[in-house]
Amino acid sequence: MTSIRVSGRGGAAPKVAPYAFVAPAVVLFLLVFALPIGYTVYLSLFRTEVKGLGLGKGSRSEVFVGLDNYVRALTDSELGAGALRVLGYGAILVPTMLGLALVFALLLDEDRVRARGFSRIAIFLPYAIPGVIASLLWGFLYLPATSPLNQLLAELSLPGVNLLSPTGIYFALANIAVWGGVGYNMVVLYTALRSIPRDLYEAARIDGCSPMQIALRIKIPLLAPALVLTSLFSIIATLQVFAEPMTLAPLTNSLSRTWTPLMKVYQDAFGRGDIYSAAATSVLIAVVMFVISFGLLRITRSRAFGGER
Amino acid sequence: MSAVLVEDRAVTPTPPRRARSIASALGALPTFVLLVGAVYCLFPVAWVLIAATKSSGELFSTTTFSLGSSLFANLSELVGYRDGLFWKWMANSALYAGVGALLSAALSGVTGYALAKYSFRGRALIFNALIAGVLVPAVVLAIPQYLLMAKIGLTDTYLSVLLPSVVSPYGIYLARIYAAAAVPEDVVEAARTDGASEVRILGSIALPMMVPGLVTVFLFQFVSIWNNFMLPFIMLGDDEKFPVTLGLYTLLNQGNTTPALYTLVVTGSLVSVLPLIALFLTLQRYWRVDLLSGAVKA
Repeated sequence: MTSIRVSGRGGAAPKVAPYAFVAPAVVLFLLVFALPIGYTVYLSLFRTEVKGLGLGKGSRSEVFVGLDNYVRALTDSELGAGALRVLGYGAILVPTMLGLALVFALLLDEDRVRARGFSRIAIFLPYAIPGVIASLLWGFLYLPATSPLNQLLAELSLPGVNLLSPTGIYFALANIAVWGGVGYNMVVLYTALRSIPRDLYEAARIDGCSPMQIALRIKIPLLAPALVLTSLFSIIATLQVFAEPMTLAPLTNSLSRTWTPLMKVYQDAFGRGDIYSAAATSVLIAVVMFVISFGLLRITRSRAFGGER
Repeated sequence: MSAVLVEDRAVTPTPPRRARSIASALGALPTFVLLVGAVYCLFPVAWVLIAATKSSGELFSTTTFSLGSSLFANLSELVGYRDGLFWKWMANSALYAGVGALLSAALSGVTGYALAKYSFRGRALIFNALIAGVLVPAVVLAIPQYLLMAKIGLTDTYLSVLLPSVVSPYGIYLARIYAAAAVPEDVVEAARTDGASEVRILGSIALPMMVPGLVTVFLFQFVSIWNNFMLPFIMLGDDEKFPVTLGLYTLLNQGNTTPALYTLVVTGSLVSVLPLIALFLTLQRYWRVDLLSGAVKA
């Protein structure tokens, strides 16, 4: 501490202080991020070899197998099917959620609209509710016995729908995520909209632009970088879907234990006890996420993550 | 919404009554769309409020939005479940999310300030590593984190859930941008000339200026730890240490064989969500995120 004080005196550039301030974060980051990543990569290159009956000490050993686990993961049909399922789920979820978030944000930004404060809070509220609880609530709303939708359809003597069927489950899961995420994205887009100078709209209005034209030709283009970032975060969150299908699984037979790649990782590591395969699959998932993230950021040349000074 | 105003424009100076009423109906359309969104978002919350009043028989036999008769019976059953285990779960959640988010906000504040206000060797490297950390899916980390915790005998402890929750690359990123905007260079410089130590500048000048931003970081971390399912799911075995989400999840699982537990799950969901909603409504003015420029606007 004294060295910091001395170095800080007299306006000279402090030398020790910045290191002392970032040290705790760096140490924790290394322990909680870097070390596990390294360890996963290490594990992914090994396999347990069982000698004889696999009983007694020394009958199980770790052997180096190179990229074997990766080859097996890449050729695993269940993992491929899981990846496709997540893609299908994401194809429903991401455009719906961001489309709704954009519409709501644009509406909130309109001066003539009423009940803005209430709507903003109400639409954002689900963000405060954990995915597990959200899935519980929607799960009951989907169950044929408790579903208000089916009760309504029955009143109208129409056939009921089963959102927990193998096809319906995509929409059921996407709906939970849309419900939970639309408000967050709306707030991000709305904040970005508020930072656009108002006189831009005034000028456009004088030139005879309708609010629709202002929205389409001025607001949405200026929102493009924010839309890219919200898409990026939504895609990353989509690829990580885990709690929701895990929670709905007890309510339906449509969700297998390996429905998404992450559920498969969990199943491999703790169900089958094969941490090596799980590690290889984890690495693959992380690589895919990195490629998507950097790809998106590069395409748009967004300065979002550039430093400010 | 613009259809509305296009309509307005088309209207002649003295519009016939019908056209005027159509125009005003269309004028209400944007408000109507927002309200539909609000109703959709409040719908499950309204349902759980009502469902929590139903006995387990009523839950599956009465119409969705008719009130039941056993709210208090449900609550007392929830309170009494395995000697108040539910309250233990709630306290655990509050501990993980509260303490975790507090430590995380403090760590983010100090680190963000250092990254924004000093230039030192390794700054870019640290910042880039942290940004990569934002993009690394925390969920993918959970299993190796478990294996490492197991090596040092820390699995199934409070620390195993708390420790990984404290470093938040996103929080540090937000704090850095906030510090750059909210702490003026000349104030730091002036304090330095007056002989204040760096620690004192940080503690008495910079951090207080960063409070609104740090509240946002706290809220983000609080919600994300409260929401985090996989980490406690993997780390914890003893249900006395479960957070409430994991507790309710296991109850739901048992509900398959013991449907009476469903009422408990529903009532528990309601009770667990209420403090979050209260926190959310109290602090909702802090939720302003600009991912692009200001990062946090309070």
